[in-house]
Amino acid sequence: MEISNSSTPPTTVTQVFPGRCSSLEKIAEFVRTAAQQAGLDDFATYQVETAVDEACSNIIEHAYQNTEGEIICTCREEIDRLIITLQDQGQPFDGSNIPEPDLCCDLESRSNHGLGLYFMRKWMDEVRFEYDPALGNKLTMIKRKEK
Amino acid sequence: MEINTTTYKRCDLITVTGRIDSATAPQLSDTLNALMEEGRFRFVLDLSGTTFLSSAGLRVLINTQKNCKRYNRGEVVLACVPPNIHAALDLSGFVPLFRFFNDVITAVGNI
Repeated sequence: MEISNSSTPPTTVTQVFPGRCSSLEKIAEFVRTAAQQAGLDDFATYQVETAVDEACSNIIEHAYQNTEGEIICTCREEIDRLIITLQDQGQPFDGSNIPEPDLCCDLESRSNHGLGLYFMRKWMDEVRFEYDPALGNKLTMIKRKEK
Repeated sequence: MEINTTTYKRCDLITVTGRIDSATAPQLSDTLNALMEEGRFRFVLDLSGTTFLSSAGLRVLINTQKNCKRYNRGEVVLACVPPNIHAALDLSGFVPLFRFFNDVITAVGNI
């Protein structure tokens, strides 16, 4: 399903994906296209693609815990920003309480987890988690356009 | 993602093409683990054709580096890393944990 309106901002596109790892490449293509159409440069587009991939991987692993479900991805271009929302009906997941990983310790002590959220926080301008019992999880991530 | 492995006397060259994400990272992990089970611990990863690296891929890199460096038996080095992927490695604090080479021949010759 894809809904789109006029080509001048604000423009909104929405697509629904099965909540499994095999969807990640298609989600990346969808978001990359939206980022490029919003005029983000190559690196900013890669940053958005990374943040969305990490967020969707978290939804699949933690919210759906590898059971069936859907991820609703919406990209809204405004004049000065791209707003991406990801919605799922899985277990409540709030990444805002998860601490940043220690990136300075030696190789043996280096943790394997927490990097995904770290990417999202560092490479997007805003990351907001919300949960509604009726609607499920809603993650909003904002990338501002360079002036 | 496509993985090609070339075995040299002193190391294995692993060429990864495409995306390393949560869907494909297990395949890379399996390839490297199978080689380590054969007692091979020197890897050159050619990332010239890698288009995307997520934290799932970073976990594979760090776990393999830990395993290889244990008992000083080997090392993972990275060759031809695209700028976007280098930025991800840098943000993760992984740059000091790997040696980087601009071409595969130099990497294979120096591991």
